[in-house]
Amino acid sequence: MNYVLDFSVVFEKMPDLLMGALATIGLALAGMSLALVVGVIGVAARTSNIRPLRSAVIAFVEVVRNTPFLVQIFFIFFALPMMGIRLNPTATAIIALAVNGGAYAIEIIRGGVDSIHKGQVEAGLALGLHKAQVFRLIVLKPALRAIYPSLTSQFIMLTLTTSVCTSIAAYELTSVAQIIESDTFRSFEVYFTITLMYLVISWMMMGLFALISRHFFSYPVR
Amino acid sequence: MSVIGQNEMLFLLQGLKWTLLLSAIGFIGGGIFGLIIALARTSAHSALRKTAAGYISVFQGTPLLMQLFVVYYGIALVGISVEAWAAVAIAFTLHASAFLGEVWRGGIQAIPKGQTEAANALGLHYISRMKDVILPQAFKVSLPATVGFLVQLIKGTSLAAIVGFIELARAGQIVSNQTYRPLLIFGIVGAIYFIICWPLSLYGTRLENRMAKAAR
Repeated sequence: MNYVLDFSVVFEKMPDLLMGALATIGLALAGMSLALVVGVIGVAARTSNIRPLRSAVIAFVEVVRNTPFLVQIFFIFFALPMMGIRLNPTATAIIALAVNGGAYAIEIIRGGVDSIHKGQVEAGLALGLHKAQVFRLIVLKPALRAIYPSLTSQFIMLTLTTSVCTSIAAYELTSVAQIIESDTFRSFEVYFTITLMYLVISWMMMGLFALISRHFFSYPVR
Repeated sequence: MSVIGQNEMLFLLQGLKWTLLLSAIGFIGGGIFGLIIALARTSAHSALRKTAAGYISVFQGTPLLMQLFVVYYGIALVGISVEAWAAVAIAFTLHASAFLGEVWRGGIQAIPKGQTEAANALGLHYISRMKDVILPQAFKVSLPATVGFLVQLIKGTSLAAIVGFIELARAGQIVSNQTYRPLLIFGIVGAIYFIICWPLSLYGTRLENRMAKAAR
């Protein structure tokens, strides 16, 4: 073996990589927010009285959870223009992330809502709390607390999944790395470096999520 | 005219063969190494525990796509010439070993301590204690999560397409470029994945529900 590792190209291109990392974080945050919106709307539809609506949500969740993200993003990438919607690859990627993350969010949030007993709500009302107060203190906060661990680990997964968006040439860390690789042929050096960058990003997010949890959810349960 | 020719369908099925093969290798290889990781993660030696924990957190904190890239190009660097499918299979094996290791760690730790103590009191050695007492129970507890990970792994093999390996997703890309019918082709490809993954998911959910009922 006479290959000599050379990380100098990586250092040279560090500004580009850092911009890519920022784009990845942005993509992830946009995907998470929209996934939450899809999740809440989906749960509302999933628990509605209209049967076709309920079935549609169930089918959506099952299809998304049992097919690869790569196939989903290709499908959406080609389907949107046919529906007359022309978006750039990065916006398309955000939609794909919202669809994928949303399906998982629906399942997780539904579990949280199910975990609140009806008796709790009745007890809150009997104690003279307002409807809004009951929702905020008795339904929302405990439900959020119950789903927080699975929701945030799903968000970390979503962040890691953003790397697949390179397949439609969305702007994020992996696509930046692929361009540098094709210019310099330093494949291992480039990918090793951005792997570490992803590790830092996901550890930072885990830290942030833990901080939020300690701030909002650290009260005694019993 | 037929919407999609026999040749195209055959090409997709050949891709499917590689998807299934990669999943099987990753799952079996990952199962073997994952067992070692799980045992190291729950061992009495703190150095072993920490190494296993580090291994798991690196694989859980980086994208599967990056793991594929690094292993794929890393192996070439070391000077070992292996075929593309073997390089990809090694990457999936490492990936699966970290995730299965973590799943089974949970299973091992869910077994009450009294079981270990009883096995010790009976004079059982570490190997026999694990093989005959702890692991069978731990495996049962973690079966739903194991099935869940298998689904994730099958879907994950699609990322080999980005490295250029022709499995189902990449075959779909190629056929889609030839026929200019991306929605139809990716619809078919998605449906094939769904047919494989959905029964597994249903089985996992059923196991989970049954266990939840038994625990009550």
